[in-house]
Amino acid sequence: MPVLAIADHDNKDLKPGTLSLVTAAGKIDKDVHLLVAGSDCRSVAETAATIEGVAKVLLADAAQYRNFLAEPMAALVGGLAKDYAAVLAVANTTGKNYLPRVAALADVSQISDIVEVVSADTFVRPIYAGNAMATVQSSDKLKVITVRTTTFAKAATGGKAPVETVAGAADPGISRHVADELSKSERPELTAARIVVSGGRGMQSGDNFKLIYAVADKIGAAVGASRAAVDAGFVPNDYQVGQTGKVVAPELYIAVGISGAIQHLAGMKDSKVIVAINKDEEAPIFQVADYGLVADLFKALPELEQELAKLPPA
Amino acid sequence: MKIMVPIKRVVDYNVKIRVKADGTGVDLNNVKMSMNPFDEIAVEEAIRLKEAGSATEIVAVSIGPQQAQETIRTALAMGADRGILIKTDTDAEPLTVAKLLKALCAEEKPGLVILGKQAIDNDCNQTGQMLAALLQWPQGTFASKLALSSGKLAVTREVDGGLQTVELNLPAIVTTDLRLNEPRYASLPNIMKAKKKPIDEKTPEALGIDTAPRLKTLKVVEPPKRQSGVKVKTVGELVDKLRNEVGII
Ligand SMILES: Cc1cc2nc3c(=O)[nH]c(=O)nc-3n(C[C@H](O)[C@H](O)[C@H](O)COP(=O)(O)OP(=O)(O)OC[C@H]3O[C@@H](n4cnc5c(N)ncnc54)[C@H](O)[C@@H]3O)c2cc1C
Ligand SMILES: Nc1ncnc2c1ncn2[C@@H]1O[C@H](COP(=O)(O)O)[C@@H](O)[C@H]1O
Repeated sequence: MPVLAIADHDNKDLKPGTLSLVTAAGKIDKDVHLLVAGSDCRSVAETAATIEGVAKVLLADAAQYRNFLAEPMAALVGGLAKDYAAVLAVANTTGKNYLPRVAALADVSQISDIVEVVSADTFVRPIYAGNAMATVQSSDKLKVITVRTTTFAKAATGGKAPVETVAGAADPGISRHVADELSKSERPELTAARIVVSGGRGMQSGDNFKLIYAVADKIGAAVGASRAAVDAGFVPNDYQVGQTGKVVAPELYIAVGISGAIQHLAGMKDSKVIVAINKDEEAPIFQVADYGLVADLFKALPELEQELAKLPPA
Repeated sequence: MKIMVPIKRVVDYNVKIRVKADGTGVDLNNVKMSMNPFDEIAVEEAIRLKEAGSATEIVAVSIGPQQAQETIRTALAMGADRGILIKTDTDAEPLTVAKLLKALCAEEKPGLVILGKQAIDNDCNQTGQMLAALLQWPQGTFASKLALSSGKLAVTREVDGGLQTVELNLPAIVTTDLRLNEPRYASLPNIMKAKKKPIDEKTPEALGIDTAPRLKTLKVVEPPKRQSGVKVKTVGELVDKLRNEVGII
């Protein structure tokens, strides 16, 4: 039976996580269908059709999917699910919102945040903030899965799958989108960036984050933060990296003024190279850092910016 | 309006857990247990709604072993009015928890159920959404702000791009995010008072819910350990390593 992956997009652009999602789906069954649900999103479906390994794109284009609200999304996906062996979505705030609803409608358990497909019914997922990895086997006929995309390679593009229109399901009409207040940034997206520079409570204020931004902009990095920095209002909530925030695995993660609580490590310890800058040499962050610098960040960050400025182009 | 708050007893967030050597699970012997932190936020929000006159009664519900009663007591000491313990020694999956809660909702008829967004032990982030689906109610997950007005609930949600506000018909399901509020500590007089508040006990069987798990845990292992790294003395040395050793910048 085919598997259904649900594309991550914003009605304009297909998000790169979708490429990893297709890879994960393909490990369950080679026959991968990709659902693009949204509003005025035909161009997204056409881009999606170029992903290698996608046999068919399903396009559900209707106003009720514009904001990906859980109630209409679950009604749509729930209706499609009976023809599939598995339904998969990216484990971001959109997928986490509607997919458990789909699972409950189908009377199956969901397998959250998988990092590995062992076989068509067996998956590996982190528990306890990633301090343990559980291998779980599902006895449900339909597998409903959210995928931690950082651990799956991106599918190639260059294919040409057909795009088929599917009828939308009736909107349950019990919820309404009111407004979005999205953080605007010219920097790369946190979960897709090659380099991430994060600040913690040690930054002391939102204003001091300009030291982080200056470094980030020299190396094309995204900016993240610890929960403490978000709670203190230094930066918006969507900067939070960790067990209950975003999970990132960039090539380089630079943690500045972050102690390294397990909840923070859960969101970044799969980064390829980790750098920690902290004035406390006992800070637990140093246990996971490839390169540790014991220093006052207010001295180290301006110096880092200068050193980076001096570098000849690579 | 009655508010139901499902609370889970979990390993305290400060505990560094240990994986059992035989790979069957996590060692929970003599480990400090607490209320799931997101559920404390849920209890707090319910109390604030009651204090604001929007709610009349708060029912705290836990599904778990007898000791989950202590977790319910904590909620009662914070300000919940009564508790319900659904006793089971099997580790209930979110789908099962959602079914049990649905059965309770049929009896209790709450206008709002506030859950945590995620239990910090299994990290599932499913139960609230599943309960909403089973009841065919709307959901406001990952909430950082609630506003009730004229029979509707506006929920501001923490999403990947920032914040999103949705308006929900009531009854509704809300799951909490970290910025919704800061939970209070129970005062000593309130802890004493909580001892007299009622806790009802029920069983899944009496509610007619099958608790057989759909997922089987085949093994639990420790994640791969990172090689310990080196300390650099200067920013210059750091930049040199990143350029010449790893070639990232
Ligand atoms: C339910 C729950 C969920 C959570 N989820 C998350 C999550 O997703 N992500 C997350 O990050 N946390 C999360 N946390 C919080 C986590 O437990 C820690 O409290 C938090 O990560 C600490 O942030 P921090 O390292 O910035 O602050 P602190 O622990 O206070 O560390 C600050 C560090 O800055 C250093 N410092 C201070 N001044 C300077 C200076 N001038 N120069 C250099 N270094 C300096 C200090 O030495 C210290 O190590 C969660 C907690 C709970 C209970
Ligand atoms: N055994 C349980 N008893 C009571 N509430 C629970 C239980 N399991 C989950 N919940 C609720 O569901 C939320 C999300 O849990 P989960 O879906 O397991 O991550 C928790 O924060 C609780 O509010």
